[in-house]
Amino acid sequence: MSRPEHLAPPEIFYNEEEARKYTHNSRIIDVQMQMSERALELLLLPEDQPCYLLDIGCGSGLSGSVLDEQGHVWVGMDISTAMLDIALEREVEGDVLLTDMGQGCPFRAGAFDGAVSISALQWLCNADKKSHKPVQRLYKFFSSLYACLSRAARAVFQFYPENSEQMELVTAQAMKAGFYGGVVVDYPNSTKAKKFFLVLMTGGNVPLPKGLGTEEEMQGVSYISKREHVRQARGKSLKKSRNWILEKKERRRRQMKEVRADSKYTGRKRSGRF
Amino acid sequence: MKLLTHNMLTSKCMKAVTVGYPLGINASDVRVSEVDFNPDFIAKIIPKVDWAVLWNAAESIGQLEGLPKDIVENYENDHDFLKKAHHVLLEVDIINGELICPETGRKFPISNGIPNLLLNEDEV
Repeated sequence: MSRPEHLAPPEIFYNEEEARKYTHNSRIIDVQMQMSERALELLLLPEDQPCYLLDIGCGSGLSGSVLDEQGHVWVGMDISTAMLDIALEREVEGDVLLTDMGQGCPFRAGAFDGAVSISALQWLCNADKKSHKPVQRLYKFFSSLYACLSRAARAVFQFYPENSEQMELVTAQAMKAGFYGGVVVDYPNSTKAKKFFLVLMTGGNVPLPKGLGTEEEMQGVSYISKREHVRQARGKSLKKSRNWILEKKERRRRQMKEVRADSKYTGRKRSGRF
Repeated sequence: MKLLTHNMLTSKCMKAVTVGYPLGINASDVRVSEVDFNPDFIAKIIPKVDWAVLWNAAESIGQLEGLPKDIVENYENDHDFLKKAHHVLLEVDIINGELICPETGRKFPISNGIPNLLLNEDEV
C-alpha cells in the first residue's frame, strides 16, 4: 500500500469521500484515540488543570475529542476543508482554522500551553506544489510554533516517517527552531504497533521519556534444565526438528505434492543403526 | 470562531507583516451558545488574553454584555467577572464574516465558523 502523501496533497487526498471514510472507520478511530491519549501523556501537562492547546492537523477532530474529554480548550488547524467540515458536523468544542502548517502558526507569542499533532507531520515533508521547499516549510512551521508556545510548554507529534532521512530532516529543523527533545518510539520491535512520537520542549534539556514496550528485553534470561539449541532469531524452527519437518510437510501439501500423513512417528528419534 | 481564538490570531506569517495584531473583525453572522462554565480555565486564561483587544472585538460585534473595560482586581475570586469573561471568550461565535490584517488590509473570510487563513504563494 503506498503512502497517502505520495498519492496527492493532503487537501486533495482528504476529499469529502475520503474524509467521511476516515472518520467512520472504527479501527482508525481507535488508533487515533490511543495515539492522542499517548501524546497527551507525553505532553506532561499539570494534573487536573484545563489547558489551552493547539491541535496541528486536527482533521475531523478525532484527536480533538480526546482533548475535549480531558477538559482542555483547544484550537485546531488543518488544510483540508472536507475534514474540517466533518469536524463541524461532529460538533467538536474547539475552534478549527483552515490553514497550511507549512506557512506557519499564525498566533501570538506564548498563546498555548502545549501542542499536539496526530498523523500529520509527514505531510509536510513532501513538496505538493512547485513553489514548495519542504525544508523551508518545516523550519517556518517549527519556528512559528516555538514562538506561540508558552514557557516550558511541549509539542508532541505522532507521525509516520518514511525513512530515517525524513526523521532526521524533521528533527534537524525542529532543533534549528530552538526546540530541545527528540523521538520516542513505542513498541520498537513490533511492525504493527510501532509508533513514532517527536517530543519537543521549549526549555531546558530534560531527558526524553521512555518508549512503551521497551521493557521486555530486560526481564532476564529464562533458564531451562534441558540442553537445547537456541531457537533461531529469524523465527523459523531449528532445522531437522519435528516442528521443522511438520512445517515442511505443510508447505509441500500447499504445493499440491504428495505427502505422507502426519503421525506420532513423524520426526521420531531413530536409533543409530536405523 | 470564538473571540478567544480571535484574541490569539495574527497575520504575522505573511511576508509583508511585522506584527499583524489585532485582526479587525467584520461579522455578518454571530451566534451565541451555551458553553460549560469552567472558572479554573477562565482564571488561567485571563492573564494571557489581551483585554483591550477582547473588549474592542466584543464591542464591535455588539456582544459586550456589561464586560468591564479593565480587568478587575482579584478576578480569580470574582465569580461575576469570570462569568462575563467566559461569556465573551467562549460563548460568542462568529459564523460568517471576515478578519482584516491591520497592516496590509488583506481580508480572511470566515464561513461556517471556520476562518480561511490560507496564504497565496506571493504572500508567504
